[in-house]
Amino acid sequence: MESLDPVLLARIQFAANITFHILFPTISISMGWFLLFFKSRFVATGQQYWMDAYQFWIKMFALTFVLGVVSGITMSFQFGTNWPGFMNAVGNVAGPLLAYEVLTAFFLEATMLGIMLFGRGRVSERTHTIATLLVAIGTTMSAFWILALNSWMHTPAGFEMIDGQAHVTSWFEVIFNPSFPYRFSHMMIASALTGSFFLAGISAYRWLQGDRGRDVMATLRTGVFVAATLIPVQFVVGDSHALNTLEYQPAKIAAMEGIWETQGSVPAIVFAWPDAKTQSNLYEIAIPHLASLYLTHSWSGEVKGIKDFGDKHPPVAPIFWAFRVMVGVGVLMMAVSWWTAFQLRRKKDLSDLNARVLVAMTFAGWVALVAGWYVTEIGRQPWIVYGVLTTAQAASKVPASNIAITLVMYLTMYAALLASYVSVVFYLARKAGSHQTDEHASSPQPPGLGMGQQSAGLRNA
Amino acid sequence: MHELANVDLTSAAGWLPLFFALIMAVSMLAYVILDGYDLGVGILLRETAKLDQKDMMIASIGPFWDANETWLVLGVGVLLVAFPSAHGVILGALYLPVALMLLGLTLRGVAFDFRVKAKTYHRPRWDRAFFAGSLIASWAQGFMLGQLITGFRQDGPGLLFAALIGLCLISAYRLLGAGWLIMKSEGELQRKAVGWAMSSLWLTAAGVLAISIATPWISPEIFDKWFKFPNVLMLLPIPAVTLGLFGVMVRSIRRLPVRLEQGNQYGAEVPFACTVGIFLLSFYGLAYSLFPWLVVDQLTIWKAASSTEALTVIFYGVVVVFPVIVGYTIFAYRIFWGKTRSLSY
Repeated sequence: MESLDPVLLARIQFAANITFHILFPTISISMGWFLLFFKSRFVATGQQYWMDAYQFWIKMFALTFVLGVVSGITMSFQFGTNWPGFMNAVGNVAGPLLAYEVLTAFFLEATMLGIMLFGRGRVSERTHTIATLLVAIGTTMSAFWILALNSWMHTPAGFEMIDGQAHVTSWFEVIFNPSFPYRFSHMMIASALTGSFFLAGISAYRWLQGDRGRDVMATLRTGVFVAATLIPVQFVVGDSHALNTLEYQPAKIAAMEGIWETQGSVPAIVFAWPDAKTQSNLYEIAIPHLASLYLTHSWSGEVKGIKDFGDKHPPVAPIFWAFRVMVGVGVLMMAVSWWTAFQLRRKKDLSDLNARVLVAMTFAGWVALVAGWYVTEIGRQPWIVYGVLTTAQAASKVPASNIAITLVMYLTMYAALLASYVSVVFYLARKAGSHQTDEHASSPQPPGLGMGQQSAGLRNA
Repeated sequence: MHELANVDLTSAAGWLPLFFALIMAVSMLAYVILDGYDLGVGILLRETAKLDQKDMMIASIGPFWDANETWLVLGVGVLLVAFPSAHGVILGALYLPVALMLLGLTLRGVAFDFRVKAKTYHRPRWDRAFFAGSLIASWAQGFMLGQLITGFRQDGPGLLFAALIGLCLISAYRLLGAGWLIMKSEGELQRKAVGWAMSSLWLTAAGVLAISIATPWISPEIFDKWFKFPNVLMLLPIPAVTLGLFGVMVRSIRRLPVRLEQGNQYGAEVPFACTVGIFLLSFYGLAYSLFPWLVVDQLTIWKAASSTEALTVIFYGVVVVFPVIVGYTIFAYRIFWGKTRSLSY
């Protein structure tokens, strides 16, 4: 066990947990608002199919939400167990932000979720809609606080260091630090895109199963049109985010672009094999001047290369590749959503091929999202708080063997849960189409429990 | 109480740590009682073979468990943000039991959803996961409590003590869960729950006794706090009332079967209420013993506290938001008040 590097193990463990965690809030943040949309369409139009859509998707929401909750609890412990040095150095900043997340978001969403899931028939329709709204607000608030903290770790502001500890001078500057507006918008749109492809993919799957009711078509159209509208916006926001990064974390940009030497007239590298040993790219295919054009908005603008950052730069290859995966999947998502939107507008229906492609891309948002997070988080290395504290300084003294044991445990569990999640999602979609009632509610109950008829009433309410 | 001598409670640096210690204690207590009955119901899940009773048991905690678990996040969150150095020491020492608890809580949490959403023939498997998760999380929490009391003794006796406290906490949660079910269910399930409460009593009492006996021996200072005159007289009500509550509970549990047979629900809340009372008193006793230490004989709440400026910022948030949280929590409990009905959505 001695050969294992505890810092690397702690990083892998934290990365594994946070990667697993982020998948679920990303869906549930936007799904909360989609559910509110379905519910308000039902209230406004009185059309039952909006309620059918709501009742199908609330199951997906609950399942997704619960996975986010359990992995989030793990994270609240790992902040301290894996990175005690982080809280010691910047606890005065991170502490209040985390505390406000728990106080203003976690309790709200958790409590209102109970009413949203089980409260129909016990509270008025209006109260139930408000509970749905509060769940959506809660999930978004949670993202607000945690992204404020994450952005601060990238572009720290509004503080001074006294005796190795950060002291806040302006909370406004801490929260609305330079990268926060970009990161928050980028992430919220990413959530909407992940959610809309999830909507479209599962609806297309139901469509392929022959389940082509109005509710299925409505959720399909919602997913496709939201995705088609937001993807171009995401490209613009992503570009501004990158320009912001170029200003504050130039080493990350150099790694994303695979630029080793500081140079003008920088080419955009489409493909290459970044080699850390020789500090150069192998097998490079590049478009001249393009990177200068989109990074500096001039034909021959200069961009700083990796070599000029000494040893304070992130590893190039993972960032270079993750960035290309993110952009590649993004472009694919744009092509598919526009193609489908066009089909739906012109022919008012899907083609088989179209539906299959949507199903294949049900979780496309996840791929782009995780790739994007790897770009930004690995891109911050070797810092945990950029320019203030290195990851190694923040690591714990827990023996490597303990970290290794728990890492294996977590990885096994996450793999099993992810497989269960995906298979249950598709199973629920198949079951919805077969119109068999949920066994849970229709199983005969002894009269002593006094609920047989009420439960039927609740379901059909 | 020499470690209190230098503390000026009129200054922010004096009373803020005290305030956050209180908030942390309240959160942990709320967690232990609220998620305690959830975990207890999970532990009891295998006591019945009937699917409709299992469904009813889980339905009785369905709308609450998520919010209940959030108290743990708040408790640990306050430890993390208000007492960061203690957080490092405590969670570093408890690294493996914490991981085990998280595994248990994860299994239990996801099983809630998967058991009704996965294929029907998978349900027994998720029910087992629900049971195992509840059991593991409870034991791990008890183990951590045992470790905390002994000041993280990692030797044989220390670990054995912690492991035994783990078993006792399983039993205590089981008692809490049974009390909850007596209150929230009817018919055969309710009558079964009375039996479960009875069978959980003795190990729970043993746990309370073990902690009461062990705690004063950790340090002479804690011993003096309890047994010096006149403290011993003023503190006598704590064990006396605890004993009384056990007595009331035993009486109630003995009478309930006959009453329930006659369709009389009178006193169905008594076992749950008594258990909560016992939890409150034990918690109070423990807090009295350990205060002002976060890590016995190493770290006081003042030594471990964050900077006053950070605590002040959180203080305002807590003062404004905490009552709101309590308000809507009560609102949610009122909505699902009374006997549980089947839940589906």
